[in-house]
Amino acid sequence: MTVTTRPERVAARGEPGERPRRTRRVRAPRVVLHLVLVVATTLWLAPIAYALYTSLRPYSDTAEHGYVSLARSLTLDNYITAFAGADLPHYFLNTMLVAVPAIVVTLLLASFVAFGISRFSWRLNIPLLILFTAGNLLPHQVIITPLYRMFLEIPLPEFMSESELLYDSYWGLILIHVAVQTGFCVFVLSNYMRTIPVELTEAATMDGASVLRQYRQVILPLCRPPLAALATLEFTWIYNDFFWPLVLMPTGEKRPIMAALANLRGQYFVDNNLVAAGALLTAVPTVVVFFLLQRQFVNGLTMGATKG
Amino acid sequence: MAESTATSTGARRRRVPRMTRTDRIVLVVLVGLPTILHVAFVWVPTLSSVALSFTDWNGVGGLDAIEWVGLRNYEQVFTIYPPFWPALRNNALWMLFLVLVPTAFGLFLAVALDKQIRGSRFYQSALYLPVVLAPALVGFITQIVFTRDTGLVNGLLGLTGEGAPDWLGDSTLNLPTVMLASGWRHAGYVMVLYLAGLKSVDHALREAAVLDGASEWQAFRHVIFPALKPINVVVLVVTVIESLRTFDLVYVINKGTNGLELLSVLITQNIIGEASRIGFGSAIAVMLLLVSTVFIVVYLGQVFRKDADR
Repeated sequence: MTVTTRPERVAARGEPGERPRRTRRVRAPRVVLHLVLVVATTLWLAPIAYALYTSLRPYSDTAEHGYVSLARSLTLDNYITAFAGADLPHYFLNTMLVAVPAIVVTLLLASFVAFGISRFSWRLNIPLLILFTAGNLLPHQVIITPLYRMFLEIPLPEFMSESELLYDSYWGLILIHVAVQTGFCVFVLSNYMRTIPVELTEAATMDGASVLRQYRQVILPLCRPPLAALATLEFTWIYNDFFWPLVLMPTGEKRPIMAALANLRGQYFVDNNLVAAGALLTAVPTVVVFFLLQRQFVNGLTMGATKG
Repeated sequence: MAESTATSTGARRRRVPRMTRTDRIVLVVLVGLPTILHVAFVWVPTLSSVALSFTDWNGVGGLDAIEWVGLRNYEQVFTIYPPFWPALRNNALWMLFLVLVPTAFGLFLAVALDKQIRGSRFYQSALYLPVVLAPALVGFITQIVFTRDTGLVNGLLGLTGEGAPDWLGDSTLNLPTVMLASGWRHAGYVMVLYLAGLKSVDHALREAAVLDGASEWQAFRHVIFPALKPINVVVLVVTVIESLRTFDLVYVINKGTNGLELLSVLITQNIIGEASRIGFGSAIAVMLLLVSTVFIVVYLGQVFRKDADR
């Protein structure tokens, strides 16, 4: 796109008398623009910076001098208390127990469906795509009431969950994440798969490749970019999820970290300094993922919102 | 499904060998299993919500204990359930605010950052950072910033003691405060969506407008904004759905009471609260469903229009 604009810019600058007027007209607003952006960015980062600052101050310091004051000393004690005292690693592990299988299964199932409905012309393609897309957009609270009752009715063998029900089990949480998130992933993946030339799979068919082989050896390897983007995005969403375990997993000890945090607050996180430390510690995985995989993250979001 | 597979493959324009029987079975399984799962745990509950909203089931006893009561739940929600109207009003205000303020600001940021200015990457990352934070964590940060006695805002304003505004405790102040927090998270999200949309707007078109003597605002108003129409619809729907889904943020702050009632909270309270009123909660869920459906249909219309044209 930059390539197409360049000649025009050169032409505009080449015109006599054009140059000084243009630069003057552009420069002044640009300074204002930077000013606005600097103010916005500062405001946007301020709450996080303040939380960081608070978390590094001992409670005694803030109790004596107030929270808006210069720190007399900085310490990592709050992080140690939050991490060890509230046993955060235990809850991190709970989250991973749900997130990892949920992401793998979601991507697998969604890629199956996307493959079927984007590479073969069936009459049901569009209705199915609409079904998954619409299902992904429903607010979770619309389905929670019957879902809660269903989870209470569906038995699991004891070796799968002490609760012997989908309710209060990791299987239940994984299941609902998979069922809901498949909607979004089918939408993104089928849009992507549709851009892969038909000739590729047709050639494979001519060579006698089975449907399963076309999926595994032709389509799936080409889908690494959307799969990476979706994995990043789904990790963030499932990690950040608070709602499903709140209703479907009553045992506090078993809850993933985000839902556990609400309980921990009353017990362990008693002052702002500890709340800040706990909140920031909990945010670390998603923030790290964001900075390492920013491109995937943003790609995933835009792929989901726009077409193709 | 097998039948339609056969007919449409037969009608393919190219001469590709017909699929074998095994291939067809494999495809039906690949597509069928996830579909059954999605339908069973998303669409069956959705339709059950509608059905249960006409019953007085309290969740105790089997399905045969269900009694049909017609529209009684709806009547009660409208007349003798005090939190309903505030929740509906709060949802409407929330939606309006998110659409008008953070979304507009996100669009402004995207247009500004699309100009290839220096430091654009840094600005983008910083403005986007809150989006990766869980709404529940945004709730915690909101508390640290806005608590009356130990919060940042009152501290900066030098307001202390009884007379100081209680941003989160005062039922007339807490809704705007929490909406602000959700806007903090939403603007960055909208910015990213628009930045992607702007990439598809022809740069030559803009250059032409500027060369014709259009001001920045005129170029935006008459060239860029109209070209963004498809993404506008997507952003609008995403924003509305986001506002209807809001739950974690208010639940962390005060469990969605005392001025922070939302439909999503009321539905949940009817399951995990003291009284489990399945039918009653479902009636509220149906109202949430109706509002969502309008916007989901708009979204589908936009997204699938291209398919119909093809």
